[in-house]
Amino acid sequence: MNVSVNWLRALVPGLDSSVSELADEMSLRAVPVESVMDFGADLDDVVIGRVEAVEKHPNADRLTLCRVDDGSGQPLAVVCGAPNVEVGALYPFVRPGGTLPGGFKIESREIRGEASHGMLCSEKELGLGADADGIMKLDGEYAPGVAFGEALGVPDARLELDLTPNRVDLAGHLGVARELAAAHGLETTLPDLGARWEPEWVDGETAAAAAGVLVEIESVERCPRYLAAVVRGIQVGPSPDWLAARLRAVGSRPINNVVDATNYVLLELNQPLHAFDLDRVDGPEIRVRTADGESLTTLDGEVHELGPDSTVIADRTVPIALAGVMGGAGSQVTAETTNLLIECAAFAPAHARVTARQAGLSTDASYRFERGIDESGLETALQRCVELILNVAGGVADPQAVRAGRIPGSKAVVNLRPARVRQLLGLRLDADHLKKLLEPLGFEFPAGQETDAPGRAVLQVGVPGWRRDVTEEVDLLEEVARAYGYDSFPQEPRRVRPSSVPDDPMWLRRDRVAETMATRGLYEARSLSFVPESLTARDPVQLKMPLSSEETCLRTDLLPGLVRRLEHNYSRGRRDVRLFEIGSVFQRVGAEPPFAEQVRVGAVLTGASSPSHWSGAAGDLDLWDLKGLAETVVEGLGLGQLGPGEPGDWPGLGGWLVPESYEIVRDGVIVGRAGQIAPRRVDSPPWAGAVFGLEFELDAVALGEPILYRELPVLPAVPRDLSVVLPETVTALQAEDVIRAAAPETLESLDLFDVFVGEDIEDGQRSLGWRLVFRHPDRTLTDGEVETAMASIRTALEGSFDVRFRGS
Amino acid sequence: MEESLPGRLDRIRDTGLSAIEEAGDAPALEDVRVEYLGRSGRLADVLGSIRDLPADERPGVGQLGNAVKQALSDAFDARLSSFEAPDAVPSVTDPTLPGRRQWRGGKHPVSLVVEEICDIFRELGFTRAAGPEIETEWHNFTALNIPLDHPAADMHDTFYLDEGYVLRTHTSPVQARVMMNHPPPIRILAPGLAYRRDPFDASHAPAFEQMEGLAVDEGIDFVEFRAAIDYFVHRFFGPSTRTRFRPSYFPFTEPSAEVDVSCRICDGSGSSCSACKSTGWMEIMGSGMVHPRVFEALGIDSERYTGYAFGMGPARIAMLRYRIPDIRLLYEGDVAFLSQFSGGAA
Repeated sequence: MNVSVNWLRALVPGLDSSVSELADEMSLRAVPVESVMDFGADLDDVVIGRVEAVEKHPNADRLTLCRVDDGSGQPLAVVCGAPNVEVGALYPFVRPGGTLPGGFKIESREIRGEASHGMLCSEKELGLGADADGIMKLDGEYAPGVAFGEALGVPDARLELDLTPNRVDLAGHLGVARELAAAHGLETTLPDLGARWEPEWVDGETAAAAAGVLVEIESVERCPRYLAAVVRGIQVGPSPDWLAARLRAVGSRPINNVVDATNYVLLELNQPLHAFDLDRVDGPEIRVRTADGESLTTLDGEVHELGPDSTVIADRTVPIALAGVMGGAGSQVTAETTNLLIECAAFAPAHARVTARQAGLSTDASYRFERGIDESGLETALQRCVELILNVAGGVADPQAVRAGRIPGSKAVVNLRPARVRQLLGLRLDADHLKKLLEPLGFEFPAGQETDAPGRAVLQVGVPGWRRDVTEEVDLLEEVARAYGYDSFPQEPRRVRPSSVPDDPMWLRRDRVAETMATRGLYEARSLSFVPESLTARDPVQLKMPLSSEETCLRTDLLPGLVRRLEHNYSRGRRDVRLFEIGSVFQRVGAEPPFAEQVRVGAVLTGASSPSHWSGAAGDLDLWDLKGLAETVVEGLGLGQLGPGEPGDWPGLGGWLVPESYEIVRDGVIVGRAGQIAPRRVDSPPWAGAVFGLEFELDAVALGEPILYRELPVLPAVPRDLSVVLPETVTALQAEDVIRAAAPETLESLDLFDVFVGEDIEDGQRSLGWRLVFRHPDRTLTDGEVETAMASIRTALEGSFDVRFRGS
Repeated sequence: MEESLPGRLDRIRDTGLSAIEEAGDAPALEDVRVEYLGRSGRLADVLGSIRDLPADERPGVGQLGNAVKQALSDAFDARLSSFEAPDAVPSVTDPTLPGRRQWRGGKHPVSLVVEEICDIFRELGFTRAAGPEIETEWHNFTALNIPLDHPAADMHDTFYLDEGYVLRTHTSPVQARVMMNHPPPIRILAPGLAYRRDPFDASHAPAFEQMEGLAVDEGIDFVEFRAAIDYFVHRFFGPSTRTRFRPSYFPFTEPSAEVDVSCRICDGSGSSCSACKSTGWMEIMGSGMVHPRVFEALGIDSERYTGYAFGMGPARIAMLRYRIPDIRLLYEGDVAFLSQFSGGAA
C-alpha cells in the first residue's frame, strides 16, 4: 500500500514532521514502511510550457518542430519526438541549460538539421510515473513559465506500507492519518472537495427504490449494505491535474475523471466504489444475488464463467459486476457516458473472498472487502464521491439516494480489565491512563462506567467501525501496547523457571552424530528435500503443486541428494569431497497418517584418504576406509552391528550401492547401510575417485546407556602371533569365530594384522595373520598355559578348515 | 698420604672429562653422570669435605670445586646433545616443511548458528523440542488460530499434500505439540526445516531453517518477553547491539512484534549500507505474547498462564553473521564453502 505524504498532511493539519520521521513513526506504531520514495524533487528547472505551433520536421518523419511559449515572451523552437504534441496544450518544459531529475542537462542543439532549444518532457523523464509513450499533457489552467512542481503538488514522498492482514484500515490515507494524528496529538479532517451533496436516504431492509433506481439485496449475509446515488449530465474527460497528481503520487494511473474520483475516495477513505453507466443498466435495477451459471466480461476484458457461490451485481437481466471485485465491461463508464449510478456497498469478507477466488482475481476492492471495511462509513464515502464527481465531471446529483440493507447498530463493545493489562503486559495502568492511550485511536469509553473494586475493574470500550480486527480483550491489549510504545516498556528482569520439557532425544542424537562426523573429516551439507521421482525409492510422497516439473517428490533417502551435491563439487573441479547430512526422509504408507517420516544420517566420501604430504602420496579412499568409518561410527554411536549384506532390503538404497556392501543391524533389524556407490549412479569426471556412501537411521544412535568402569589390566599380557594359510573361500570372520570358540577366557583380543597372497602360497589360498593377546585377571599366565591354548586353537582350525600353519 | 682436595678435584675433572668423552651412548653417559655428578657421586664427596678445611682455605677450594662441576656439566650436555642430534633431526633438515595432517571436517554454518542460539537460550532455561515436517493442517494452522480460509493462511504459500496434510510452513506447530504433551512451565526451542512455495533465488529457498521459541508459565508478561529477547540479542550479536520492537501481526501471538537489531555492517548508522537497505536495522524475528485462543485450543488455562513465542531464521542469521551473500550457497554442499566455517573463531 502506497501513501502520499502530501495527502497525509492535507488530512492532518499541523503534521509537520519530516518524511523520515513519519516513516519511522508508522513503523514503530503500526505497520512497517518498506520504502520511502521521494519524487518530484529536482524539478527546479521544469516549467510549464505552452505549445503554440506544430510543424512537421523537414528531415524526419517522426519528429515535429514546435514553438513553445515558456513565459519569457520569446517563443523557443523545440524539436519533439512525441506523438501526442498538440497546439495550445500545456506540457512540462526544460529550457536550455536546465537539468532533468537524475542530472541530464538540456542544451540547445541541432536535431536532424533543425535547432532545438529545450525539451518537452514525459512522466517518466520527470520521475513521476512509468508513462514514456508521450509527453505529459497538463489539463489545468496555468500560465506558461510557472514552476511545474508547484503547480502539480510535487515534490511529494511515497511511503510503501507493508500492511499486516489485521490492519486493512491502513489501506486508506485516512487510516494512516489517524495513526499519525494520534501520535502527535492532532486531529484529522477531510479536505473540502468543492461541492456539497446531502441526499435524502431512502431505506429498505432488502430492497429500496429512489432516484429512479431499484436496489434489491438477495442476502444481507453476503451484502449487508448497498448504497446507490445517481448523477446525471456529467462529462467524462481527463481529471484535473491535482487529482491526477494525487493518484500518480501513490503509483496509480489516472484514467478519467469519474473513475479517478472513485479511486480517490477508495484511497482516501478505504471504501471501494464503482460507477456504472446508468443508461447501460437494464431497469435500471440493481440486484445483488448469487450467480446462476452465467458469464460476465469484466473491465479487464476477461470472460468469467461465474462459479455457483459467486456474488454478482445484476441488472434486471444479466450480471453487470462481480460483487466487490470488479465491474463488468458492458456497463462501464466510457467517453460517451452522461449519467452515472454510483455504488457504495459492503460485501461480507468470506463471500468477497469466494467470489474473487472463483474468478481468479484479486483487486484493490476485493483486498479490502475480504478483510472487512467500515460499514458505518458508507454514507460519508458515497457523499464524498458524488461531491468529487460533481466537482470534476459536472452534472447534477439526484437529491435522493438508495440505502438498502442493514443499518449498522451501535459500536461493538469489548471489555478491558486493567488487571489483565498488568498480567499480560506488565504495565500498571489505571482507567484514565488507558483512556488516554486508546481514545486518540478512535476507541470510546462510554461515560458512567462502574469502577469496581481495585484489581477487578472492567472497562467497556467502544470499537470504531474501521477497526473490525478488534473483537476481544487481547486485541485491545495490543492497542495499549502499541500506543504505549513497544520500546517504552520498562527493562525489568524477571525470575524464570526452567522448562518441564526435556531435550528431545533427536537433538541429543544429532549432536553426537554431527560431532563424530565432523571430527572424522566430513563436512555437513544441507540439501533441499525435493528430488525428481527418478531419485526416489518406492512410494515417494508427491507434491501437489511442485515448484518445478522436475523436483516433484520428497526424498526417500539422503544418499541420492548427497550424490547430487558431490556432482556439484565435481563441476567445480573438486576431487576430495567428504560430506554428511542429517535430515528427514519421507515415504507414503498405506495407513493413517498416510506418511512416514524418519530422520537419517547420510555420508558420501571420495578422493584422497588424507591430505597430500611430501613424505609420500596418500592413496585414494577405498572400501577399507569406508568400512573403517562405518565401524567407528557404528561402535562410537552404538548403532548395533556392522556386517556384509547386499543392498535392497533396507528402504531405498537398493541399486545405489554395489552388491558387496555392508548393513548395520540393531536388534535384528537393518537400520543402515554402507558401501561403494554404484558407479552408474554418479556422473563422475574421469579424474574422480571411487565414491563411498553410508546411511543410517538417526534413531539407531544409542543414548543414555550407562558406562561402567572396568578394572585396569595390571598383570602382564602374553602376545602370540598365529599365521594360517586358508582357502580363499574361508572368510576372516569364519576363522575368527573358530578361534574364539576354541580359545580360553584368557584370550583378551584377537586382531587380524596380515593378509598375504603370493610366494609360498598356493593358488586359491591365502595367509591370514592374527595377533592374539592372552591375559589372566588375577595371576601371571605361564608359557605352558598359553601354549596349550594355542594348540587347541590350531586343532580347532584344523578340524574346521583345510589349513596349514606358517612360521613358528 | 692423603691427596689434597685441589688435587682430587683436578683428577676428577680429568677422568670425568675423558669418561664423558668415551661414553658411547646415552645410557653409558648417564652412568658417567651419576658417577661424577650424582647426589652421592665423586664430586659431591669431595665438595662435602670442604667444610673440614680451615676457614681461610675454603673459598679458594670452593671456587675450584664449582669450576670443575661447571666443566663436567657443560661437557655432559654437549656429549648428550651429540647423541640426540642424529635421531631428532629428520633426514631432511628443514623444519618449515608441512606436517602430516588429517582431513578436517565441520558443521554447517546454519548448524553452528542453531547451536549457538540454543546454547544462549539454554541459559534462560530453554530446552530443544522437535516435530514432524509433514504436519496436519490442524497443527500447522488451526491450533495456531489461523483459520484455513483466512487471508493469513494465504501468507504462507503452502505446499499441500493429501487432504489435511501440508509441509509445515513454519516450526510453530511444534509449539502446539509441546503444549499438548507437557504442562507449564514450558521453555522450548524448536529448530527445524519449514517449507514455503518460494522460488529458489539469492534470498529465498523453498525449504529453510526456522527456529521457534516458546515460553509458557504463570507471570510471564511483555516485560519478561522483551528482556529475554534483549538478553539473546546481546549475547549473540554483542553487547553494543541495540534492539527495536515493532508492531506486527501473527495470528498466534498478540501483541505481536517484529524484532530488529542494529545493523552489524554499518553499526546502525544506515549510511549507504546495502545490508540493511540504509535503515540501520535488520529484522531478525517475529514474536509476541501467545494468543489466548492458542492456549484454549490446546487445553491450557489462558487466564492463569501467559507466555511468549518467537520465530527466527537461522539461515538468514547465518548469512548476516558470516556475510554470506546468497542463500543458495548454503544448500550447494560445495566443500570450498563448507570448509570456511570449521576454522578457529567463528
